[in-house]
Order: sequence, then structure tokens, then C-alpha cells
Amino acid sequence: MIGGLFIYNHKGEVLISRVYRDDIGRNAVDAFRVNVIHARQQVRSPVTNIARTSFFHVKRSNIWLAAVTKQNVNAAMVFEFLYKMCDVMTAYFGKISEENIKNNFVLIYELLDEILDFGYPQNSETGALKTFITQQGIKSQHQTKEEQSQITSQVTGQIGWRREGIKYRRNELFLDVLESVNLLMSPQGQVLSAHVSGRVVMKSYLSGMPECKFGMNDKIVIEKQGKGTADETGKSELGSGKQSIAIDDCTFHQCVRLSKFDSERSISFIPPDGEFELMRYRTTKDIILPFRVIPLVREVGRTKLEVKVVIKSNFKPSLLAQKIEVRIPTPLNTSGVQVICMKGKAKYKASENAIVWKIKRMAGMKESQISAEIELLPTNDKKKWARPPISMNFEVPFAPSGLKVRYLKVFEPKLNYSDHDVIKWVRYIGRSGIYETRC
Amino acid sequence: MQTDNLELKKLVYLYLMNYAKSQPDMAIMAVNTFVKDCEDPNPLIRALAVRTMGCIRVDKITEYLCEPLRKCLKDEDPYVRKTAAVCVAKLHDINAQLVEDQGFLDTLKDLISDSNPMVVANAVAALSEIAESHPSSNLLDLNPQSINKLLTALNECTEWGQIFILDCLANYMPKDDREAQSICERVTPRLSHANSAVVLSAVKVLMKFMEMLSKDLDYYGTLLKKLAPPLVTLLSAEPELQYVALRNINLIVQKRPEILKHEMKVFFVKYNDPIYVKLEKLDIMIRLASQANIAQVLAELKEYATEVDVDFVRKAVRAIGRCAIKVEQSAERCVSTLLDLIQTKVNYVVQEAIVVIKDIFRKYPNKYESVIATLCENLDSLDEPEARAAMIWIVGEYAERIDNADELLESFLEGFHDESTQVQLQLLTAIVKLFLKKPTETQELVQQVLSLATQDSDNPDLRDRGYIYWRLLSTDPVAAKEVVLAEKPLISEETDLIEPTLLDELICHIGTLASVYHKPPGAFVEGGRGVVHKSLPPRTGSSESAESPDTAPAGVPAADQPSVIPTQGDLLGDLLNLDLGPPVSGPPVATSSVQMGAVDLLGGGLDSLMGDESEGLRSDVGGSPAMGGGSGGFAPAPGTAVPSNTGAPLGSGLGDLFDLTGGVGTLSGSYVAPKTVWLPAMKAKGLEISGTFSRQVGSISMDLVLTNKALQVMSDFAIQFNRNSFGLAPAAPLQVHAPLAPNQSVEISLPLNTVGSVMKMDPLNNLQVAVKNNIDVFYFSTLYPLHILFVEDGKMERQMFLATWKDIPNENETQFQIKDCSLNADSVSSKLQGSNIFTIAKRNVEGQDMLYQSLKLTNGIWVLAELRIQPSNPSFTLSLKCRAPEVSQYVYQAYETILKN
Repeated sequence: MIGGLFIYNHKGEVLISRVYRDDIGRNAVDAFRVNVIHARQQVRSPVTNIARTSFFHVKRSNIWLAAVTKQNVNAAMVFEFLYKMCDVMTAYFGKISEENIKNNFVLIYELLDEILDFGYPQNSETGALKTFITQQGIKSQHQTKEEQSQITSQVTGQIGWRREGIKYRRNELFLDVLESVNLLMSPQGQVLSAHVSGRVVMKSYLSGMPECKFGMNDKIVIEKQGKGTADETGKSELGSGKQSIAIDDCTFHQCVRLSKFDSERSISFIPPDGEFELMRYRTTKDIILPFRVIPLVREVGRTKLEVKVVIKSNFKPSLLAQKIEVRIPTPLNTSGVQVICMKGKAKYKASENAIVWKIKRMAGMKESQISAEIELLPTNDKKKWARPPISMNFEVPFAPSGLKVRYLKVFEPKLNYSDHDVIKWVRYIGRSGIYETRC
Repeated sequence: MQTDNLELKKLVYLYLMNYAKSQPDMAIMAVNTFVKDCEDPNPLIRALAVRTMGCIRVDKITEYLCEPLRKCLKDEDPYVRKTAAVCVAKLHDINAQLVEDQGFLDTLKDLISDSNPMVVANAVAALSEIAESHPSSNLLDLNPQSINKLLTALNECTEWGQIFILDCLANYMPKDDREAQSICERVTPRLSHANSAVVLSAVKVLMKFMEMLSKDLDYYGTLLKKLAPPLVTLLSAEPELQYVALRNINLIVQKRPEILKHEMKVFFVKYNDPIYVKLEKLDIMIRLASQANIAQVLAELKEYATEVDVDFVRKAVRAIGRCAIKVEQSAERCVSTLLDLIQTKVNYVVQEAIVVIKDIFRKYPNKYESVIATLCENLDSLDEPEARAAMIWIVGEYAERIDNADELLESFLEGFHDESTQVQLQLLTAIVKLFLKKPTETQELVQQVLSLATQDSDNPDLRDRGYIYWRLLSTDPVAAKEVVLAEKPLISEETDLIEPTLLDELICHIGTLASVYHKPPGAFVEGGRGVVHKSLPPRTGSSESAESPDTAPAGVPAADQPSVIPTQGDLLGDLLNLDLGPPVSGPPVATSSVQMGAVDLLGGGLDSLMGDESEGLRSDVGGSPAMGGGSGGFAPAPGTAVPSNTGAPLGSGLGDLFDLTGGVGTLSGSYVAPKTVWLPAMKAKGLEISGTFSRQVGSISMDLVLTNKALQVMSDFAIQFNRNSFGLAPAAPLQVHAPLAPNQSVEISLPLNTVGSVMKMDPLNNLQVAVKNNIDVFYFSTLYPLHILFVEDGKMERQMFLATWKDIPNENETQFQIKDCSLNADSVSSKLQGSNIFTIAKRNVEGQDMLYQSLKLTNGIWVLAELRIQPSNPSFTLSLKCRAPEVSQYVYQAYETILKN
């Protein structure tokens, strides 16, 4: 298991050093500094073995976090733990910086003592930790016996991520469906590869221990319901689209009951308080591509290039896409560019070897065009211009995968509020990932 | 410490933890507070106290820890219990004996059935760690009931707890495929966990238990399908985790390529991936490359070859070459892609391209030589040894097609001494090749290079190669041509595959450091911790498990186990010597570390040709010790002779006959031990050899089973023995008629004779063997039972026996006990006769049977024996008399083996 944990600043000075195992000596601290932080070459692996001691490191801004071990530990777990450690620190004191670490020196040692015991990660949910590790200092006599046992049962219990007794006057929840759509298209308009990676982020302000059930237009579920007796819950809820989507794979926050998902494909959970990422998913089928890019490149003689690019928006006319940017690469020997565009602003950026065309807003089912004349310097370079793809950035207010939230039901058996009392907000944002068209 | 401010208390405890070691006496003063805190009403303080106490590694304190720990293990609060569980592991690390004596292990085992999932998880983690340092103990007594408990806790505990439990589950060996399937079914939901470590640990359990499922099962197919998406999803994690995932996927792809064969695209490199992720992705892309996706892969690789990172670009170029070698249909496209890259004139791209083109030439001879001209244009830009060597190789190999080959090579020759050894060696070979192809114009050049290599160089390799060429060329140019321009073996398709047995072990370590380093844990973990060798469960329902190799027979001492020779160097010298050295006269040139009193006996031994028995008895010790010093006081070693008339000449003919009858023909021959594994697959790149020795009607044979446990076809087998005590040598080449496909095995009976060179071995019956195939040469040693050397005419006349018995001095007599043998005298003598130990007389003295026996070894040594059998006593007494007493011990072993089987 993890033998020790060190935090360094960018100079390689140790800010925090906590050793859990006897086999890790003080020299390990220096070994990492010399061989990794001060290494002449760029580090080629996040795992380094120095004299039979393995160092795992991650970097946050200019702070290095290193876990050290001499055993055959679960490497994935060590990295997951380091990320978790960063999350916990961020939740306690904001940005991970040298100053913040120095100011919260005591707190960090306290946390390290709690979330890592003899190198074994323990409960590391901030919600639970905050109940008994605070910066104010707890006087034990101020706590009643019930309070104490409540803390311990929460830390060790099944629902370690939420504390009991949360109360809100207004029960409210926000769901964000954030997707990034990736595309590689041939000049002829053929899709070479396309996939959407999406996240459902939930922000909940709910009282008590609410039991939530989340439903979306997952093909498998819809088909199951179609076969069986019609389940009424699915129909009258938020955005009931007839279409269903095929999800390639999804992963869930630890609050989701995985065995229930595996058997019934229903997503049920008791959410942590505040913001968390409920699920991540990936789809590759029937993706709505918000924009189509049609390039036309013509070489006029050896010193001139004519480029015409048409973009078409392919979604409901009532919706507006934002922050549109098209990047048209130009050859290295470009000497001058003249651009004409119907909408937005276009500029040739010599340092980036590209024409950058920006449009602030664009409604659906519209089309816009840019044409450019590129003057080239004559060269005797035989090498042809590789014609890098045209790339695009945008943001649209819908989910390109077609994912729809069908319902999110909240039950709280103990407290007196029902599903209807909860105010629910759903938002869809589709962004471009790597969205490229070859020309 | 007495403060009730929790935060302050924690700080004080932290201080204690850090400084207790340097001031143990001061620390002991804190014990009281610890003990008191362990009974505090606040569970947080109780846990804190027990946690901190475990971290203070001072012997005196640990004694005081026991009582509070015992209480805390049974505390009503789960938080205290889960902390106490880990504390047992801490204490065990300090004083293992104490933990056992105090019975903490049993309490810990009870915690596995705790109602709180986190307590269960920590108990599992602690027990797993303790069990690792006691590999033999049955601490984690995993049985279907406890597994069931773990699987239940799995659904409820924290992400970390799930990892502990899954890692522990992976060590369990289900008893049948149904149990394996039901565990798999309950583990699969973990594949959708957001924590990558949970996913990888679940993958490990599934990969391991899948081994037990029949491939025809529907569930097997479903499971394969379920594994792909989570693995792909791991690639969207943070880069460090991606790296861990990719290293593991690399293993999974090699073990079960079917899982990810359609997922090539996800391994395409993204522009802003860190370099370590890029390099790993590239590796996996090559492994997944197939005819179906090669076009896409090539397009990508070409793209990568124009990136900025030098290492990455090099690897991409190399990958193109590997694709060409792996997918034949793509070779042409690959070559043209490489040519395009050479046109870029980027120095390192060109050099890397030339290195891989050399390999492509090797794989597809006479196909792409048209590109040589282009390569030659870039001669000047090559500055790395590997690229220069590759280019020189190409020029030498295709000298006849390159008009100015001599000029090109001459230009390299100018700075001969500044080149690296690799280039020098290659240049030497290339010029010799050139000379053999165009002798008229290049005589001067070849002389120049030979003199440079032999006279002006300090490098022994270079000098030796130079001399060999020089002599070859000056004695027999035709032979030189045959040697130097011989057809080269094809290079294999898949390079840098992990050896199958190592791969299986690494699969059991998915997610851990071992899988990241691609090394078994023993290679980087100190001491005994965590280096327990793990292996995949055997596949049920397959025939392999049914015929598992028998272990050594009971009567054979432990030293009889075959061993793989660790130091190849010495042996190699000897084997070389066997080829080249003069066959008869002179002392051995090379001496190996194993030889004690090396005796070259052939010179003297020859005259002791066994015409009649008396002569044979007269002198079988003809040789003189070659290393007298080492063998001072050692009796002369056995002599060697051309075997008697029933020996080899007849033998090889009969050997063929027995080839036909296979293993059945043992009826008429002497006892044959069951086959044992001589060369495990792990040590021989997947080739496993097991075998035994037999003797039938005068012919000795070595019965071998060759099994191919590697992924590639094996061919071109050959065998050679090192010189040994009795001159055993193969009488015919090792004939494996068809190449050996993966997972196939072949049985061969190799006839042996005893006319090989002789060198005394220690132990006497040690035989060192080299087996070669298309992959490599492997060395192992084995002990042969001496009775295969007992010849058929070993029966002595009575008078002769008596005379000889008296003649041999008494100090040459050795006595042995053969225990636990319940045969009577007659069955003993008939049994022994089957192995050519002849009973000459039988006497009954005072109720004891005395058998007088004789036997003769292939080299003419007579051994006389007296066997005393008491009807009531199962122990026999064997007295052996021989002029070469060191064989006695081995004769006794043979007796024992024969009688007990």
C-alpha cells in the first residue's frame, strides 16, 4: 500500500511529508526531487521507479503530489486517491497553491491522518469529512453522544457521501447535461468518426436523505418498457421525446446503486449535497452534428490558393448556437490572404498558420460562407502541403447525442415534502470537442 | 495530551508519531494517555488513539497496545472497529509473533462477517496484507460462504473498500465454472463505477475467472462484449490513469485480442495527449493492426511521423515498419509511406525509416529492392550507429544490384576506427559479402577491411570475426560463400510480445504496479512481501489439465530434479568446443566450471575394447586426469570405450523400429521412468520439454515431448549434448517433421549412442543439453538413470566373478540400504534382469537370501554386487564392488529405481 505522501512546490521543496510505512525512509523525499522534479529531461512517465521505490506523481498548477511505495500496490487506486486528495483539498481551501498549502498545514495533516490509514485509503468524501474535520476546532464535550455516533456511522456507513439532518427551506435541484461532440469528416462529407462524450452534473439542495431516481431516453430502458406493461412514470415528465438513444458505455458516481443498474438499468441514488457528477457516458450512434463544414480548396497555379468554406447549421431554427469559430489552416509559405465573409469576423493569423473566422451567434438551419484568396511564395520545396483539417468550435443549447432527461424523481420518506415540491431545472449544453473536416 | 480539544490532540499525537522513534523513553510516558483515550466516550477519540498507537513503532509500547486493541476490535462503534482492523496489520508489521500469540488474527477473521461494510473492507485489506507475508498460511480462508459475504459487502462499501475486496476476490480459485460464472455475474456491475481503480480491479477478476469458463458458453461471449466499453471509457480519465489503463490494455490485448479488436479508433493519438500516453497508444495500435483496419492505421501513423516529439516520431516510423511485417497485404503501402517520409529529409525520420526498411527486406526478400536507390541518396545524412549499420547491411546484402557498392562501402571505411562496434562489424560483413559477389574489383577493399579489423582493432569481437572471415576466404572461398551468403531465417511477425507465462502472471496483477512495469512483482519488490507467484486458473474442460506431467518418481532423490543451467556462457564454450575441437586427442580446450576432475579418456580408453571379459576388467581406467589439482585423492574416473558389439551400431537400427512402436515397447526393455519436465516453458520462451530415458534391446533412447506454449510456430529443431561422463550423444538428428504450432506437442524418441566425447561430470550422470529452434537456443541439464547404460552382455561367469570380487580392493566396496521393498529374491532377480543386472548365483545363508550379481556399463566398467534379502525385513543390503567406486552410488540409485517401480 501507499508508504508515504509528499507535497512539493515547484522548486522541489517539501511542503508536506507524511510517512505511513517503515520501509520509506527520509531519503525517498530527496530521491524524487533529484530524479523527477529536477530531472534534466521531461518526465516520461507518471510512475517512476528509483532504487526499488516507486513514485506516483500528479501535478496541480506548480505543486507536485507524490505517493511513494515499495510494494506492488494497485496503481490505479493510487492515482485515484491522489486525484481525490486534490478534490478534498480544493473543497476545503480552494485552489491548490503553495500559499494555501502552507496556510492549511495543520488541516492537511489532519486530513491525511484521516483519509489514509497505514496507506489504505479510507472514506474520502468531503461531505462526510467536513462533519468532523473543521478548521474551527471541535471541543469534544460540545458534542452530544448522538452527534458523535451519527458522525461515525456516516463515515463508515453505506452512505458516506451525505450527512444526515440537512435542511433547506426550498428544495431545489439543477441538472446539467454537458456534452462534447467529436467529429472527423472527409472532404466529401462522409463521417469518418464521430462520438459524443457527455456528463450529467447535478447540483442538489435537498433536505434529509432523499432517494432519487433518474430516467433518460436510454434505448434499452425504453424498449423494455415498450415490451412490458406501459410504465406511466415515463410519459408526463420532463421533455418526453419519443426517440431513444443507444449509450455505448456509462460510469456513475459512487452514490448510484450499480447492481440495480445492472439488473434493471434504473439509476437510483441518494445524492451528495451540492454539486457532483452523476454520470459520464459515451455514444457513437445517431449523433446530431450541429454543423456541417463544406470546404472547397482550389490551387490556382503555383502561387495562389482559393479557399471557400460553407458552414451549415443543422438544428431547430429557434435555437441559437454561440461562440462559433472556424479555423482554416494555410500553407507555411503563405504571403498574404484576402478574406470575404458574409457573417462574423475573419482574420488571417500568420503565427498560427490559419484563418480564424468567428461568429458570435447563429440560428439553426442557416448557412454562411467565407471565401479567401491565399497568395503563396514560390518555393522549390518538393514537399506537398499536408492540408491539415479545418477545425471548428461552438456551443449549442441541446444535447447532440439526443439524450433527454425523462424524469428525476425525489422521495423523502421521513420529511414531509413530495416530488412535486422540488423545483427542478434542466439545462443542455453541447460543445465541440475535436470537430474536424478534412479538406 | 490531556486536552479535550480534538484538533490539538491530533497534533500532539502526530508529533509523537514522528519523534517516538528517536526518543522511545519519552514516548513510553504517553502510553497512559493512549490507554485512557481508548476508553473515551467519544468514538472519534477512541479510534484516534488506537490508530496513533499502532503507528508508534517502539517495542515497549506495542506490549501495552494489545489490551486496548482487543477492546477496540469489539467496539460497538463501527468507526473504531474499522480503525482497529487496520491496526492489526500495523502491529503485525512490527511484531508478527505477538499478533499470532494474542489471537488477533481470529478476531480479524470474524470481522469479515461484520455488519458494517467498511469494517469488512478494512479487515479484508489487513488480512490480505498479513497473508502476503505468510504465503503458506491459510489466513484468508476463502470459501463459497465467505466469498458470498464479500460480494454482498462489495455493493455497499466505499470505492476504496470495493477495491480491497475485488483485489482479494482475484486471489480466490473457484471450484468449478459455475461458481466462476456466478461470481463474474456479481462483479460485472462494478464495470460502471466512476472510479477507474474499481473498474480495473473488476476487470482483473473477470479476466482471471473467464479462464475457467468454456468458450462455447453464451455467457462467455456476453462477458467479452461487456469488457470492451469500460476499457474504452478508461481512456477518457485523467492522463496518469490513462497511462495505467493503457499499460493494462496492452496486456489484455495480448491475452484476449478479441475484446478490443473493433476499437482501434479510440487508440488514435490526440494532439494534446502527454507523451507517455501517446507512446502507449501507439504500441496498442500496432498490436490491434490487422488487414481490416490497416489503411486507417497507416494514415494515422503517417500523420504522427510529422509530429514534433522525436521519440514519438521515431516510434511511429518504426510502427509503420512493424505493420508492414505483420500485415503482408499492407507491406507495399507501408514501403511507399516510408519512402514518402524519407523524402521529408528530416534527419531522424530518415534514419529510423532505413532501420525498419532493413527489416522489411528481411521479411520479404526480393520484393522491394527497387527502393534501394532512394535509400542510397540519403547515405550522408545518417549519423546514428543503428541507421548506419542498417544501411551498410542493405548495401552489402544487395551489393550485386548497386553499381557503386564498392565506392559506398569504401567511403564508410575511411573513418573505420571512429565508428561504433555495431557499424564496424556490419561493415566488415558487408565488404566480405561484396567481395564474394564481385571478387574481381574488390580484392583490395576486402584486404583493407580485414587488416583494419584484425590488426588495428582492440575489440575482440571484431578481431575474431575478421579472422574467421580471413581464414574462410583463404582456405575455401566456396565454403565461405556458403557460410556468408547463406539463406537467412525469416524474422518473426510479432516482436516484443510478452512471453505467455509471464503474461498470465501479469494478468493476475491487473491494475497494480506489476502491470504498469510489465514485470513480475519480484523484480521490483524487496523481500518476500507480495511476491507470491500468481497464476491463472487452469481452463476447465480442456485436455491439457487431464494429462498434467507426472512428478518425479518417489524413489528418486530431490537432486534428481532437472535444472536449467544458469550460466550459459560456460556451457556455450563447451558446446562450441564440441563442434570445433579435435575429436580424439589432446586435453579439452575449454574447461567449464562444472568439471571437477576433467578426464579425457578417449585416448587411453580406446584400447580397452571389450573383446573378452577379463580384459575389460583388467583396465578400464586408461585416462589421466587433466586437472590433477582439482581432483587430488580422487580415484580415477571411469574409462571410455567404443561400446560393445550390442551397442550403438545395432542400436540405431533398432531405435527406428522402436520409434514405430512408440512407448509400448517397454515390455522387453529395462525400466523407464515417467516423463518429467526438463525445461519449463517459462525459461525457454514457450518451449516446454519433458522426457525420460529408456533402453530397449541394446539401444538407448531419449523419449522427448516437445510442447509449444508460445504464440508462434516453432520449427528448425536441433539438439546437442555437452560432453558427459559416458559419452552419450544423439545417434540421429532431432527430427520434428512438421513445424510445431502453438499449443501442440510432439513426441520424439531420439536414439542415443555412447561414442560422444567424454568429460567427467558432477554428478556423474549429469547431462547438459542444448536445444535449438527458430527462436533461440535453450540449455538445460538433466540426470539420466544409470541403468540405461547397463549392457546386455553384463553376465559374468561364476569363477570370473569370484576372482574379480577378491581382486578388487576392499576399500572399493560400498554398502547401501534399499528400504521398503517387499519383493522376494526371485522376483528381485527377474526384475533386475529386465534392466540387465544379471544374477550369477543365489545362496541362502541363515535364512537370508544372498544374490550375487554383475553388470557392465557401456564403457566397459564392471560392477559386482551382493544383495542381501531377509524375508522378514523389507530393507535390503546392497554391497557394490567396482574398480571405479564413484559409479557405485549411481548404480545403487538405479537399483532402487528399478526395484521400487
